[in-house]
Order: sequence, then structure tokens, then C-alpha cells
Amino acid sequence: MDKSLALLGLLSVEPSYGYDLKHTYDRYFGSQKPLAFGQVYATLARQTRDELIVTRGEESGGGPDRKRYEILPAGRQNLEQWLFTPDVPSQALQSNLFAKTVVALLADDDAHRLLDIQRAQHMTRMRELTRAKESADILTIVMLDHALFHIEADLRWIDMTSARLTEMKEGLQ
Amino acid sequence: MSDVVISTRGVKKRFGQTEALRGIDLDIERGEVLAVMGPSGSGKSTLLHCLAGVVVPDAGSVHYGEVSVGELNEHRRARLRLTEFGFVFQFGQLLPDLSAIDNVAIPLLLAGMSRRDANSEARDWLGRLGLAGLGRKLPAELSGGEAQRVAIARALAPRPKVLFADEPTGSLDSLAAENVMTTLLKLVRDTETTVVVITHDPRTAAYADREIIVRDGRLSGAAPVGAR
Repeated sequence: MDKSLALLGLLSVEPSYGYDLKHTYDRYFGSQKPLAFGQVYATLARQTRDELIVTRGEESGGGPDRKRYEILPAGRQNLEQWLFTPDVPSQALQSNLFAKTVVALLADDDAHRLLDIQRAQHMTRMRELTRAKESADILTIVMLDHALFHIEADLRWIDMTSARLTEMKEGLQ
Repeated sequence: MSDVVISTRGVKKRFGQTEALRGIDLDIERGEVLAVMGPSGSGKSTLLHCLAGVVVPDAGSVHYGEVSVGELNEHRRARLRLTEFGFVFQFGQLLPDLSAIDNVAIPLLLAGMSRRDANSEARDWLGRLGLAGLGRKLPAELSGGEAQRVAIARALAPRPKVLFADEPTGSLDSLAAENVMTTLLKLVRDTETTVVVITHDPRTAAYADREIIVRDGRLSGAAPVGAR
């Protein structure tokens, strides 16, 4: 996730003080890793310099928290571009697990076992995430779903590869 | 201390030339939710049928508590299934000409309950599954998820000790599947019902306490006998 664009997005909803912005960010996106204040103010300074945002209503003698930030048309343009430019699907074609499977087959080791161990690990994680959904709010549920569907995709690959090990073995000879 | 409700040792089953099960050792604990996974044709359904006393293994043993299921005659196995087990399948399990309430009431009537009590109990179970108000609907008037929840109500209404489910979410979209599984899991935890669920879907399996993988009629992976 692009944190600076996410912050810009929050500023597009309404102007905000840096302190409030950090807490709004953490509420929606920081459950795993809250944003440091330093990072928020550094991002806001950079965006001010780039004329994506502007400060308003600065009180005399105030520290950084006295500044209220507001998005500018250039900032909105950046934001629109981010929102409607599709993300590139992960290009990690040669994952670690793919490499392990190939090496196990080349070395006449037990590739089935390797995939079974990985499957068990993935299922353990899926169980944890599924349990976490039980008492979660809707935003957290949707976030956990994202993780669950990604693990599921890996599991489908593991199942398919398990079924293809004999064919793979022949192909590697 | 473990409290094993179903235990198998060396279970084998052959259909013609096909060896469906080639020696299954498995312990299922009371109150456990066990997911059975594996490729199509790997023997999952045959295993479930052996555990539930629908078919008798060619070799090996299946114990339900102290009862050796393979040694019971067909009549007593049918009695065991009726009184101790519940079943949920992927689809086509509701009687199409009966309302939701009547579908749920059937096993209660078979168990000897009065019509009035059976209807009241059925209505209660439909309510627990979030189907209050749909009792008079015919299966064709229900969504896939609603029909599946009626089937679960019917399976749980006689308060089985073990619920066997074969791809219970197989015909549902992701959200309906999630609703079915969360409702099912809440109810079985409340009643300490043991559940054996066959599924291809890892997200459905993730509701279980553990999973086993059946491959070529054998248990695959690192957690065979009662390893929870």
C-alpha cells in the first residue's frame, strides 16, 4: 500500500491536523502497524513542497500540530490517478515454494511431503484468520478476507502441483 | 484427556477393481470439528460412509464409542444413523413437496415425537439458523444458502452426537458459504456436537479444528491419529 497516497486520500475527505490524520490512518489501515508521527509529518512536508496540499489557519507560535492541511487540485489529480490505475498482479512467478519443489524433485527428495507441510502451515494460518473474523468489525473482516483469499490461492497451487508431481518429475529428467 | 468418539484402524474398502481406502487409522475426539480434504476420487466420501456406518469396510475396524460398527447388521446400523448421526450433503437433500418446517420435522416424527412438538421444535431450529419466517416456503422458493441452512436444521434438530457433512458449501457462493459455516459452527459448539466435514474449499476447512488429507485411499500429511 502507498501510505503517502492513502494519507492524501484521507485529506481529500476533509482538511485535517497532522495529529488527527495519523489517528484516522491508524483506524483504517494501521491495525497491523500504526504510522509513526515522524513519517506523517515528513510526508505532509513533502506533499506541501510538491504543492499537492497546503496548510491553512496556522496559529502563531504553534508547533506542527497547529497546522491544518488541505488537499489542492494537483493532489486530487494524483489521487484520482492512483485510485483508477489498476495494480499489477504479483510478478513473483518463481516463488520460494516453486524452487523448493523443483529442487526436491531433482534431488529425488520427498516433494509430496514438502507440499503437505506447507499446506498444513497455510491451513493453520487460515484457521487463525478465520477465528479472528468471529469477533471482528466489518472493516477488519474485509481485510482478513483479503489475506484468506490469497492464502487460498497458494493452497490451490499446492494442490494442483501435488497432482502434477509425477508429470513434473518426468519433465525434469 | 482425550475423549475419542470415533476410531478407525486399518480400514480398507474396495469397489470392484478400485481400492477406495487402503488402510485408514483415525481418531476423532468428542466435540471436534474435523475437515476431510483431498482430490476428487481420493476416497473422502468412502471414508465418511465407513465412519457413519453407511458402508462396512472390507478390512479393519470402525468404533463408535464402544460399538464396533462393522459388526452391526444393516438394521442396527440404520438405527445407529437415525439416533446418533446427522447428515448434510451438497444439494438435492430437501423433499421438494414439503415446506421448510415439514422438512426439518421429518426426523423428529421418525424418532416418535408428536406432530405438534415436532413442528414447534422445527420452528425453533429454523429460528436458530436465521430462517424465522421462512418455515412455510417450499425448497424451490429458497436461495441455495437458505436451503442449505434448512438441511442443517434438519440434521441438527434430532440432536445428533456426530454430524457428517459432505461438501455442505459446495454449491454456494463465498458469502453464503461463510454464513452457513459460521452458523453451523456456532450451533455445534454450543451443543458439543462432533462434526466431520468433507470439503474441497480451504476456507470451509479453516473453520475446523484440524484437517486430514486423503490421497489415493490413504491419509496424507503429518497429522493422522488424533493429532489435534
